[in-house]
Amino acid sequence: MSDAYVVGVDMIKFGRFPDKTVPEIGAESALLALDDCGLKIQDMQALYCGNLGQASGMVGQRILQQIGQTGIPVVNVSNACATGATAFREAWAAVKAGLYDCVLAVGVEQMGKGLLGGTGGGKGIPKEGLLGSGTMPAVFAEAGMEHARKYGTTFEQFAKVSVKNHHHSTLNPKAMYQIETPLDQVMNAEMIAYPNTKLMCSVNVDGSAAAVICSEKKAKELGLMKRAIKVRASVLTSDPWQERDLVMPDVNSCTRLAAKQAYEMAGLGAEDIDLVELHDCFATAEILHYENLGLCGDGEAGRMIDDGETALGGRIPVNVSGGLLSKGHPLGATGIANIYEVATHLRGEAGKRQVEGARIGMTHVIGLGSACGIHILEKAQ
Amino acid sequence: MSDKPLPVVEYLKIPDAGDPYLEGYKCGNCGATFLGERHVCSKCGARDQMSTVKLSNSGKLYSYSIVHRSFPGIEVPYVSAVVDLDDGVAIKGNLINVEPDPEKIEFDMPVEVVFKDALGRKDKDGNSYLSFFFQPKS
Ligand SMILES: [Zn+2]
Repeated sequence: MSDAYVVGVDMIKFGRFPDKTVPEIGAESALLALDDCGLKIQDMQALYCGNLGQASGMVGQRILQQIGQTGIPVVNVSNACATGATAFREAWAAVKAGLYDCVLAVGVEQMGKGLLGGTGGGKGIPKEGLLGSGTMPAVFAEAGMEHARKYGTTFEQFAKVSVKNHHHSTLNPKAMYQIETPLDQVMNAEMIAYPNTKLMCSVNVDGSAAAVICSEKKAKELGLMKRAIKVRASVLTSDPWQERDLVMPDVNSCTRLAAKQAYEMAGLGAEDIDLVELHDCFATAEILHYENLGLCGDGEAGRMIDDGETALGGRIPVNVSGGLLSKGHPLGATGIANIYEVATHLRGEAGKRQVEGARIGMTHVIGLGSACGIHILEKAQ
Repeated sequence: MSDKPLPVVEYLKIPDAGDPYLEGYKCGNCGATFLGERHVCSKCGARDQMSTVKLSNSGKLYSYSIVHRSFPGIEVPYVSAVVDLDDGVAIKGNLINVEPDPEKIEFDMPVEVVFKDALGRKDKDGNSYLSFFFQPKS
């Protein structure tokens, strides 16, 4: 099977756009991605569209109503916070299988403010605050405290993740926020669910990101190989059975499984990765994923953040975009925005936040429930 | 309206005689135990091997979060806790009778399951509910 390449990719600056519709927000990044490679909607043979908030609303077709109704097949995808990555992967798989040689993937989300999650549904009475908490900050706090019980990880170490990612975002004009948050500010911010303070929770924003994926033959024919990004691995997993997964949604085993498969598919190891965009929906989560992705050994994540190994300029920079914590987390768009970020570094076009000499990068998202999507990308030779 | 409290979840059982208890479904093939009725084991895939078991009221604190912000109308702070019951089943609920302070909460602290009214919450028909909570073992 021939390789598939990202030839065009872009995202809009994340923000809050209450006056726009979801398809309008999605159409913006779709056009940007087409412009990035100089192609037109008439060149696209299929559209894979990721969105959660209007999962039954035919968002992909409504995007085409904004940018060109060419009659191509549209697949609308919903897979929690792995939605964008899943749409991208479906597009990749179709090209890889030889069904099409040029397709478009779009991820888009319009978010409300406030807490996500909760155990309020079902019959009888609300269970939130009665049978523990189903809010996302608490669920990921409990996952972080599991790491604390195993390895003694501290509140301060979790907080340092936010300091780092907020710092990174000051170098990213497309991030929602560009604000430094020193350690004492992060630790003294409003406590949401210990150990996650408000500044350790991802930002609910609106946004979209899009990618054009071509077969190798097509990319060469179109003369697009110069800035093309090769997809070395694309993996999607669900959560394998774990003893506590009925009460503690498991973000670890599906990530470990996906990482193992991704490294195998790419024929690479963690030591070959130059930068990572991983799913820092909460500061606690980033710590877990250093180990889950094999960026360090089990129990070493606390030391890794202390030593600055994952900061820009460190051994393996993580979330130089600012991450979900500061760039923002429009659920359905996040998985493709991560791919935009890594591709931009591999192209050497990341400006002030450029990871010098980046050749291979990894993206990771987790949808609770659970779905894990990992992509390994490399600059085309 | 029921004149007796209703169970907050279906795996909380209130017998006509005797104390309330938590019920699990245990796989006869691999031993995995689940909260809530099921017919196929999601660990090993065995079908129709499930039998009900009465779960222990004793366990240890596995993980927790101290929740300071929740949905409107939910009293905070409270401790959301994951407890490993002695028979190997993990269960989630509120940890009560402990200060909501990480200095006062220890991993693996022994806890017991207690059954009480569901914080005064009633459904739209006015029914009261019986819930379960964890508290430190005295
Ligand atoms: Zn079984």
